[in-house]
Amino acid sequence: MNGNRRAVNVARVALVVGAGCVVSACRSDIRPIEPAATRTFPESLVRRGAVLAAIGDCQQCHTVPGGSAFAGGLPLQTPFGTIYSTNITPDVETGIGDWSQQALIRAMREGVDQEGEHLYPAFPYDHFTLITDEDGEALYAYLMTREPVHAVAPRNDLRFPFNIRQGLAIWKRLYLRKGPYQPDTSQSDEWNRGAYLAQGLGHCGACHTPRNALGAEERQHEFAGGEAEGWTAYALDRTSPAPVSWNVESMLAYLRRGWHAEHGVASGPMQSVTSDLASVPESDLHAIATYVVSRMGEGPPEGKPSSNGGAGGASQMRQGANGEQPLGAAVYDGACASCHDGTRPLPFGGIELGLSTAVNAPDPRNLINLVLHGLPAEEAEARPIMPGFAGTMSDGQLTALLQYVRERFATGPAWRDLDKYIKEARDQAREKEVS
Amino acid sequence: MTVTLNVNGRTRTVAADPRTPLLYVLRNDLRLNGAKFGCGLGQCGACTVVIDGEAVFSCVTPILLLEGRQITTVEGLGTLERPGALQRAFIEKQAAQCGYCIPGMMMRAHALLLKRPNATRDEIRKALEPNLCRCCTHMRILDAVARAGELMREARGEDQGT
Repeated sequence: MNGNRRAVNVARVALVVGAGCVVSACRSDIRPIEPAATRTFPESLVRRGAVLAAIGDCQQCHTVPGGSAFAGGLPLQTPFGTIYSTNITPDVETGIGDWSQQALIRAMREGVDQEGEHLYPAFPYDHFTLITDEDGEALYAYLMTREPVHAVAPRNDLRFPFNIRQGLAIWKRLYLRKGPYQPDTSQSDEWNRGAYLAQGLGHCGACHTPRNALGAEERQHEFAGGEAEGWTAYALDRTSPAPVSWNVESMLAYLRRGWHAEHGVASGPMQSVTSDLASVPESDLHAIATYVVSRMGEGPPEGKPSSNGGAGGASQMRQGANGEQPLGAAVYDGACASCHDGTRPLPFGGIELGLSTAVNAPDPRNLINLVLHGLPAEEAEARPIMPGFAGTMSDGQLTALLQYVRERFATGPAWRDLDKYIKEARDQAREKEVS
Repeated sequence: MTVTLNVNGRTRTVAADPRTPLLYVLRNDLRLNGAKFGCGLGQCGACTVVIDGEAVFSCVTPILLLEGRQITTVEGLGTLERPGALQRAFIEKQAAQCGYCIPGMMMRAHALLLKRPNATRDEIRKALEPNLCRCCTHMRILDAVARAGELMREARGEDQGT
């Protein structure tokens, strides 16, 4: 923590000193064009662009829940303050209606807007920089054929010195490795296609790679696991916490449907990712699955862990001293077992907790979110649902349940700081309710 | 074993396994048959009751979680002689067809109106999402909840006037 703070302070000084001399690092203005709405694009190009926008999950950040698609305005909490996503509909006044194709592709590759101003890397141009001309063209065609929406995003609320855009020139010099994608010739075409999509538009690493004090992904720890919006994004490298090794088939099914009976259900920000991916052709998803699974390497030999865990101490936890059942076991039996100890697999019953990645994860964050809020029924989505227990379980009861479930079903060590994680999850839910 | 519960403002002691779902205790031990058994999995909402102001599925809530908590069921909203605002609104709008989901709908609406007395139509729709009605009287149910909000506001206005 101290190291982080020191790094931030050093960076602050560097940014302030640097700010004056980097103004020239801004890129030139690209002249506005006539509104693109007056032009037409081949339907096949627009369709291809729709697939790419789904792979990039553009709508998740650029749409407020319940609001108009791509009209922006979603607040993104960062360690540096709040950034609001922008309107990327073809509205001329408030969106990108007068952007040329060249301006859009430059924004994706270099992180600058039409006027040449630096964009914050909350817009993951450190990934999008890999985009090919053809894909940029398709994405442009798709965005320019969306419904124009007049909507101005709220102003960013960033702390000094992060509110000075010129400072981003330094950030880019340090962390932006420009594309295009360089194929790995030792790998298959499909693997390279998957790597291009996952590292580029898919920007998997934006959540699944840890970030440094300046918010840049730690490239030497690519896919080692990160976090997003109060959720843990599991490691996708050899340290994946999944109790059953992923393979291309299971990964493909998971990306398509948002759940897999041997792994669990996509939750938090990943839910939006998988619901977008449902519309993506299988060939692209198969390529992404091929690449991601190769990054996880060969896991332990296939075979389900015992649903009864077999971890030490579980039997003791089930039966207390004088025959009275300890709290955690009783809560599990009363609230969880009817679905999770049942005979029906996902999606109709609950996952056996020995298979759940959340239960086997290095921290309890996702399991706490799941127990508190469940898996709500989403409009028109066919996916497993689970009731939440935020209104019934006290923090003490939840703690006892988490300890019990971890001990009984996971192979990893006991979780620490349960109180802290529970408080964070409750606070976050309260903030959401207020807003 | 005995467990002590506070239901509709009364303290009730029941002899039951602490892991028993609240719904069974309400219906079988306390003879409060308003809350209904639908799916038993916390997925349909027929069993919804309010605990400390939050709507919860009583079919997946073991009573061991509930000592010291305030439980409100549909019977707590009013009586035949003196129906509460939600009950009057549901009658006025004739929102029940078979009626099986209605106590759960009312209780989820009750929790919403406690928190947001001026809930908009969109907020009502969103709040009621977890509760299912197989007869498809959803539109009347939405009308009834909006009407209950009005009745409650009127009542508060009258209170201020006196």
